[in-house]
Amino acid sequence: MERMISDVKVTGVTGTAMPLRGNDIDTDRIIPARYLKETTFARMGEYPFIDERFDPEGKPRPHPFNDPRYGGASILLVNKNFGCGSSREHAPQALLRFGIHALVGESFAAIFAGNCLMLGIPAVTVASSEIENLMKLVESNPQTGFKLDLQEKKLYSGGELAIAFDVPESSRKALLEGFWDSTAMLCANLNKVRELAAELPYMTGFRS
Amino acid sequence: MAKSSGRTLYDKIWESHTVDVLPTGQTQLFIGLHLIHEITTAPAFDMLREKGLEVAFPERTFATLDHIVPTDVRTRPFLDEQAEELTQALEKNVSQFGVEFFGLESDRQGIVHVIGPQLGLTQPGMTLACGDSHTSTHGAFGALAFGIGTSQVRDVLATQTLAMDRLKVRRINVNGRLSEGVYAKDVILSIIRRLGVAGGKGYAYEYGGSAIEKLNMEERMTICNMSIEGGALVGYVNPDTTTFEFLKGRPFVPKGEDYETAVAYWKSTASDPDARYDDVVEIGGSNIEPTVTWGINPGQAVGISERLPHPNELPDPEGAKRAYEHMGWQPGTPILGTSIDVAFIGSCTNSRLSDLRAAAKIVRSRKVHAGVRALVVPGSTEVKRLAEREGLHQVFIDAGFEWRAAGCSMCLGMNPDKLKGREICASSSNRNFIGRQGSPGGRTILMSPPMVAAAALNGKIVDVRQYT
Repeated sequence: MERMISDVKVTGVTGTAMPLRGNDIDTDRIIPARYLKETTFARMGEYPFIDERFDPEGKPRPHPFNDPRYGGASILLVNKNFGCGSSREHAPQALLRFGIHALVGESFAAIFAGNCLMLGIPAVTVASSEIENLMKLVESNPQTGFKLDLQEKKLYSGGELAIAFDVPESSRKALLEGFWDSTAMLCANLNKVRELAAELPYMTGFRS
Repeated sequence: MAKSSGRTLYDKIWESHTVDVLPTGQTQLFIGLHLIHEITTAPAFDMLREKGLEVAFPERTFATLDHIVPTDVRTRPFLDEQAEELTQALEKNVSQFGVEFFGLESDRQGIVHVIGPQLGLTQPGMTLACGDSHTSTHGAFGALAFGIGTSQVRDVLATQTLAMDRLKVRRINVNGRLSEGVYAKDVILSIIRRLGVAGGKGYAYEYGGSAIEKLNMEERMTICNMSIEGGALVGYVNPDTTTFEFLKGRPFVPKGEDYETAVAYWKSTASDPDARYDDVVEIGGSNIEPTVTWGINPGQAVGISERLPHPNELPDPEGAKRAYEHMGWQPGTPILGTSIDVAFIGSCTNSRLSDLRAAAKIVRSRKVHAGVRALVVPGSTEVKRLAEREGLHQVFIDAGFEWRAAGCSMCLGMNPDKLKGREICASSSNRNFIGRQGSPGGRTILMSPPMVAAAALNGKIVDVRQYT
C-alpha cells in the first residue's frame, strides 16, 4: 500500500485489528538497521518485524504479522512504550506501508509518536485493561470490525462497543484539520522565523 | 519579576525559541543547530525537491558520515553498494543545498554527537535537532537537544523550525561521591533501572546534584546521551564553569570579547535557583556500583555484585521472561563471570578521549583473552588523532584490540562491524535491543568502557574495581 504525503484530513480509521503483545517493543525490532541503508521508504512495507517473522533460513515463524487471520488489518493493538529506541521514521513507514493506518496502545515512545503524527497515523492510548480486552476480543474473533473516530475520541465496534481513548489534543487537531503534514503550516511563518532568529545572540556569533 | 525567577533552563530556551503558537496548539520552535548524517536524511531532501523548497538556513545545518562508514578500509567506492549509494546521496544533497559537510577526508568527521561538542557547534542556551535519538547527548551543554524523524528533518531544512508540544521537567539529583571504578555510564544505567525505560515519557530530564556537577563534559555527555533510553526525549545539565572552559577556543565558539558576551548569555540560560519542577527524584551517588545490563532493554540492569532478578520481582514479568529467552540465562545466577565473545569500545555514548584513556589504563601491559574479538572505535577522527598522539592506540594494539577509524560501528551494525550468530558482546554502547548489533541472535551487555576493557582481558564479566 503506497501513500503519498498530502494535506488530507484524517478523521478516523476503519477496519479490522491485529494484536501485538509485549511492552517496550523497540524500533530496531520493528525494522532492523540494515534496511535503513535504502535511500527511500518505498520498500519498507516488506520489512516490519522481519527478523521475528522469519527464521535465518527464511521460513515463516508464528507471528501476528504472518497470521492470515489478521490479514488486511488496519489497526495495530499494542501494549506499553511501543516504538521506543531509535528515531528511525522507517518504523512507522514500515507499518503504514504494510497497511497499518492507526495504533491503539497503552503508551507510545515520544519520537515514535511524533513520527506517526508526521505520517498522519493516529496513535491513541487506552487503559491497560481495555487493551487486554481488545486483544482478547480480536484473538477470538479476528474479523471484528472497528471504527476509530478522532472526532468523538472513541473506538467503536458494532453497536455494543464504544471505548473512549486519549490522544494529545494537538495531534488530534493536526490530524482532523490536515496539519499533520506540517511543512506548509510552518512555512507560512517564515518571516516571523527570520525575525526571531535575528534576536538570538548565537545566530550572530554574539557580536554586538 | 515573574519571568526572571522560578524558571528552568527548559522553560527559558523553550520561550526564547518560540516563533508562534500554531493552529494545532503546538508551538513552532526555532532550531538553532541542525546536524545531519547519511542515514535518515535522503528522503527528507527528496521531499524538499518534490515540494520545490529550499533550505531556509543552510548555515545552521552541518553534515557528516558516521552510521555506515567502514572503520577499517575506508577507500571509495565502499564495498557495500548501499553504503556507497547513501553516501553519494548525502554528498549530492549537501552540495545542491549548500550545507557544510565533514566527509571522510575531513579531520572533522565523526559521530554527529561527538563532533558537535568537539567543534563547539553545540552551545548552551540553544535548541538542537538531529535525525538520531541520541541527540539528547548535546543537553550536557545546557542545550535543548532531541532526536527527530525524517519528515521532521524535512521541516527543519525547510523552515529551521518544528511543530512541538512542551514537555514537563523532572529534576534528577545525584548526590554523594561516586566510588572509584564507578563511571558516568553506571550512573545513567542506575537511573534508567530505577525510573524505567518509559519513565521519562513526557519529561525533559534535568540532571543535577553534587555528583553530576563534578563530572567533566564528556561524562555529562554519557549521562545525557542515554536520556532517551529512559524514555525522556530531552536530558540536560545546567551550564557552568566546566562547560564554559570546555568550549573556550573551539572552532565555532566566539573569541575574545564575544566569548565573554557568550558566557554571560550562557549563564543566564541555566535554571534559576528557585526553579519549579514537575517532579524531583533523588539518587544516592555513593551507592552506585559498576552496573551492567542483563536483558534486552537498558532498564534491565544490575549492579555487578547482584544476581539476575526473578521475573516476578520486576515490574514487567513478561518482558523479563522474553529477555531471559533471548539471552539464554537463568534468574538467580550472578552476572559476574558471564563469558563474552566480543568487546566493543565505541559509540556516541562512550567513544571520547576520556573514555579511551580510562579503558587504556585497564588494558596497559595486559592481553585480550584468547578467543575474544576486541575493538576500539574512536568517536571522531579528531579523538583518534588525539588518542594516537598520547600513544593510546599502541596500548590497545599491544593488548590485542583492533584500533579502528571513527564511526558508529558495532553499536548498530550498519557497517561491516557486526556480531555473528549468538555472540555475546560486552559493549560501551547504549542499546541491548534484540538484533541491535547486527545479528538477530546476538546478545549485548552494556557497561562502561573500563568494564568492557576488563571483560576483554578476562573473557568474562569481571568487576573493574579489581584493577583499581
